Amino acid sequence: MEVPILKQGEVLIATFQAALSDADLENLRRGLLQQVVRFRSRGVIVDVTAMDVMDSFASRTLREIAHMIRLRGAETVIVGIQPEVAFAMVQLGMTLEGVATALDLEEGLAYLIEKFKSID
Amino acid sequence: MPAGDIRVAINSDQDIVLARQKGRGLATELGFSAVDATFIATAVSELARNILVYARKGEITLRAIHGSNRKGIQVVASDDGPGIVDIRQALRDGFSTSGSLGLGLPGVRRLMDEFEIASQPGQGTMVAVKKWRQ
Repeated sequence: MEVPILKQGEVLIATFQAALSDADLENLRRGLLQQVVRFRSRGVIVDVTAMDVMDSFASRTLREIAHMIRLRGAETVIVGIQPEVAFAMVQLGMTLEGVATALDLEEGLAYLIEKFKSID
Repeated sequence: MPAGDIRVAINSDQDIVLARQKGRGLATELGFSAVDATFIATAVSELARNILVYARKGEITLRAIHGSNRKGIQVVASDDGPGIVDIRQALRDGFSTSGSLGLGLPGVRRLMDEFEIASQPGQGTMVAVKKWRQ
């Protein structure tokens, strides 16, 4: 299953679907990094609103995506983690430490815009 | 084998997705809350991945269970893989022999109400977990 990646100015937006396999997540990681390089993006929003399970592999992959993108000099923000999913992640011991999160797409964009301003 | 067992063979990462969908499906059918159904689906995902990573193949069995005055769900993960040498160590946060972070088993234990494991080197692994409806 392909994850659509949308380009919106300096920001890339990746929208996760519910039934992502490990291979899908790995493809997404590769695809996002390539596109950040290609478009010289400054920010990435990963929208996980549709994800109904975030297990240790998915959490770890998200964290790796955010850290890799930071090494490219861009910022990542994860948006739309469902309350039940957040609860399960904490029980599992996955906290996405060091990764920015926001309530939804709108808040994620606002976060990135603030971030860009403070750097410019 | 009681009627209504749902068995999912685990051979690929697609099977992990299938197993957790079936887990959520059964949990919802049994009347579990959205939070508990998510806990169950997440636990199934972790157990199925352990099978794939450590044993390459195995099986997840999902079944409805009945206590004296409550309903629940049981998830059994079994494989004929290499087994676990030190179970106590495997149940500690942060322990892994596969290079992953190893949060799997302790996390599963926290997500579910009851946790049982049987394993011996060379004899495969069986993890059985239960969650009761609140």
